[in-house]
Amino acid sequence: MKNLVILGAGTAGTMMSNHLVSKLPKDEWKITVVDQYKTHYYQPGFLFLPFDIYTTKQVKKKGAKFIPKGVNYINEKIELIQPEDNKVLLENGTELAYDILIIATGTKIAPEEIEGMKGPEWHKSVFDFYTYEGAKALRDKFREWEGGKLVVHITEMPIKCPVAPLEFAFLADSYFKNKGMRDKVDITFVTPLGGAFTKPKATEALHHLLTDKGIKEVTDFNIERVDYENNKIIDYAETEVPYDILVTVPTNMGDALIERSGMGDDLNFVPTNKATLQTDDHENIFALGDATNLPASKAGSVAHFEAEILTENILRYINGEPLKEEFDGHANCFIETGGGKALLIDFNYTHEPVEGTFPFPGVGPLNLLKESRTNHMGKMAFRWIYWNMLIKGIHIPFVSATMSEKGKHFEETEA
Amino acid sequence: MDKTIAQATVSVDQEGYLTDFSQWNKEIGTEIAKEQGIEMTDKHWEIIDFIQDKFKNEEPLSIRGIKKSGVINIKEFYALFPGGPLKKATMIAGIPKPKSCI
Repeated sequence: MKNLVILGAGTAGTMMSNHLVSKLPKDEWKITVVDQYKTHYYQPGFLFLPFDIYTTKQVKKKGAKFIPKGVNYINEKIELIQPEDNKVLLENGTELAYDILIIATGTKIAPEEIEGMKGPEWHKSVFDFYTYEGAKALRDKFREWEGGKLVVHITEMPIKCPVAPLEFAFLADSYFKNKGMRDKVDITFVTPLGGAFTKPKATEALHHLLTDKGIKEVTDFNIERVDYENNKIIDYAETEVPYDILVTVPTNMGDALIERSGMGDDLNFVPTNKATLQTDDHENIFALGDATNLPASKAGSVAHFEAEILTENILRYINGEPLKEEFDGHANCFIETGGGKALLIDFNYTHEPVEGTFPFPGVGPLNLLKESRTNHMGKMAFRWIYWNMLIKGIHIPFVSATMSEKGKHFEETEA
Repeated sequence: MDKTIAQATVSVDQEGYLTDFSQWNKEIGTEIAKEQGIEMTDKHWEIIDFIQDKFKNEEPLSIRGIKKSGVINIKEFYALFPGGPLKKATMIAGIPKPKSCI
């Protein structure tokens, strides 16, 4: 009997277990999934929690529900990966030997990386919305807030779902409008980038939306510290931005396990081949989702596209065939813009998001890079798709793992 | 497109970053620095050497990486290259503008 071990039962790990259980012969392979937490969170829902659009119940379910029968599911903290011995050690002392290892341990926020961020004001006037606790604390704060300066801030790149902070700013605009107090709330978007987003075309479209909604932008802001006593963030060039509520996206880092095992880069992300998803250092270790150092978005859609390609490559690896260099960095994200509308962007390593229609060329029904109600409906429907199809590894019809160039208005970007 | 810097013809992109590092030399660096309002000193060159090494080894450049390197602290880095230190230093070094990722 051979062993395939998956570390992490988040979006990527759960999908891989579902894909592989039907592909690997049961009498030859035993599949094990390890995760320390029992709850599976619908992470895209954290964006909606602070604005009372989703309830807490809508964003969490028991993880075991989504791990298929025939897969050994272990709820235990992982202590160490020992690649030289093909072994994983768990905190309770168990040793798991593997023939193939898949790392899907994701990324976490690291607010302690910035002085003053995770201080006495953490979750009081300084919030994150990338954790269940942070999003919930913010919801409670917003419910009773009487207005003032709201600063939405990105600490450093890369971050999970790079559009989420923008969506947060748009939804805040909408939320305070609906509460009849938008005139009492001053919203500023602060980013280390030169503009609203990482890709030029989308940045232009998003910049206009920010302006339309009266949201100020502060760009090229590299934060040095949070001065929580005087309610301001300060960057290395001594620029100061005052706040009453700071909603920050802290530094995103790979799991501490990766650092302990000596397998990560500066930010604990695992160096991985961007086309095959094999790790650079060990041929029987693969990685996908937010845990890798791939120059692709850290997002569930990316993990979803990767999972389809990685499944094929695992089978090829087992059969001693060359791996397919197929992953193209495909990402597909709805961008909630408030007021019941959304944008949709579709892009990869070499093509930036452009205008067009999706998924059917020339037809839609979704519009790329344009605000529409249909896009918003798509985003809302996605929660159902996530729980019922995506993490179960069911192929989403008409959406391919590699990006389609049909029905889009392209200009080639630099690779 | 082509541009003449320090009596040499080099190819640059729209923003003025050299597109071919092999065309770079110290005179060109000095000239680009002047255009950016920076008078180069030994300390400046030390940083330029460091980031050129990183580039040659295909290691990505980031503020975090500079901080970890111990070559310079970020305050000094800002003082040497006011405004956008990484953007200006890479332009002077003749290497592409760092992609701030995805």
